[in-house]
Amino acid sequence: MLTSGLTARLIACFDVIGGRVTKARRFEDNIDVGAAVEIAAAVYADGIDELIFYDILASAERRQADLHTIREVAQQVFVPFTVGGGIRSLQDMHAVLAAGAEKISVDSMAVRDPQIIAQGTAEFGTQCIVQSMQAKHVGKTPAIPSGYEVFIDGARVATGMDAVQWARRGEELGAGEIVVNSIDQDGTHAGYDLRITRMIADAVNVPVIASGGAGSTDHVAAAFREAGVSAAIISSLLYSPRMERTMSVPEVKADLAKQHGLTVRPCP
Amino acid sequence: MSYRDRPITGVIDYTSGNSQSVVHALDALGVPNRLMTAPHELDSVDRVVLPGVGSAGTTMEYLTKAGWPEALRPRVVDNGMPFLGICVGLQILFESSAEQDATCLGWLPGTVRPFDRTQVRVPQIGWNQVRRVSDHPFLAGLPEDGEGYFYFVNSYYAVPEDLSDTGAVTEYGLPFPAAVARGNIMATQFHCEKSGPLGLDLLSRFAKLPQEELC
Repeated sequence: MLTSGLTARLIACFDVIGGRVTKARRFEDNIDVGAAVEIAAAVYADGIDELIFYDILASAERRQADLHTIREVAQQVFVPFTVGGGIRSLQDMHAVLAAGAEKISVDSMAVRDPQIIAQGTAEFGTQCIVQSMQAKHVGKTPAIPSGYEVFIDGARVATGMDAVQWARRGEELGAGEIVVNSIDQDGTHAGYDLRITRMIADAVNVPVIASGGAGSTDHVAAAFREAGVSAAIISSLLYSPRMERTMSVPEVKADLAKQHGLTVRPCP
Repeated sequence: MSYRDRPITGVIDYTSGNSQSVVHALDALGVPNRLMTAPHELDSVDRVVLPGVGSAGTTMEYLTKAGWPEALRPRVVDNGMPFLGICVGLQILFESSAEQDATCLGWLPGTVRPFDRTQVRVPQIGWNQVRRVSDHPFLAGLPEDGEGYFYFVNSYYAVPEDLSDTGAVTEYGLPFPAAVARGNIMATQFHCEKSGPLGLDLLSRFAKLPQEELC
């Protein structure tokens, strides 16, 4: 499938608790990184192509996403901005968009009530709803033909759903993009799970985003070259306290362009 | 003209749109602006932005119900009020859209067609290269060497009947208008409010260009 002309899109993803960015490894052992608004402004100034904020406790605490932080970020970041976490209804979506986000990411909530995807796209357009999924390698079974199962609630709860089938269903319901996050690779710096990412990119027509595990620009390049993604989420690479050496956005883009021949949006 | 002789830019508010993003961008640029929920508010602004997300049909339905087309036409089409459409705000300038078979504003001759799903991933989402093909002053800030990247989100593209209405082009499976410009009517298919510093430059040009240059 052609994605003619489009650059290799890099998305900085932040897990946010109370206005602060936190970094986990396989959904555990969170380390505080810094103030979310400051980090967002810095990566924007550096030339990141897009931002995603996950309010990771909003769902569990059954409260709305942190609108104050969302508004502050939206006032100074002029690239697309996606927000996930704590979104249970159209009303929640309205509130997050009114605060200045462009896109809504739905994950556990969409598994419980898939119609939230259809309702969201009917109200705000297909481009507004990002289906985000946590996939884990469990081996092939009749119920899980791809060998990858969808997990929810911070990757703690198995759903019995096949990841590729769930992606197809999300596209049918109207999701405009699909984020494939590998639970096994998340925060390991060992590379994306290219196998499940490729399977999903082949199965759907909407853009697919690789997530979970990038620890070098080789990993990022492989997602574009081998898994056919439209965008890649990087987080550890930019700011993880567990990385020996993090990279700036211009360094990542220069590497992708010079070492891997990918087209990137030039940094300001 | 308004206080201190700085034109006020009105932003049409959609209940389901991203008007707030445009307001944030204008605020950051120091452009006096006002979010407008009803057409009578056009009396207190000098320029107007129509942000767009969602579909052509739904957008036209909303605009028509609220009375925007008949309020905008005399000001924009007949009296030269500077107008900027963004994304779906570009597409509905034409006569019709294949999206929900919508009848659109018809200020510019032409139609709107879908991308071919067998050729490209749809929607187009991402940063694409934009090349200027017109000397309209709004687009004078765009690089002519084709090195300008802007953020697109679209499943449909405009097909202007009058080729001189195309201000800039982009490729996604086929070449299509990234921007259109005719006199005081300007529009970008990409989201200039979300296209980093280059996008902000364009918004700023729209808000500040002397009106006499837009005839």
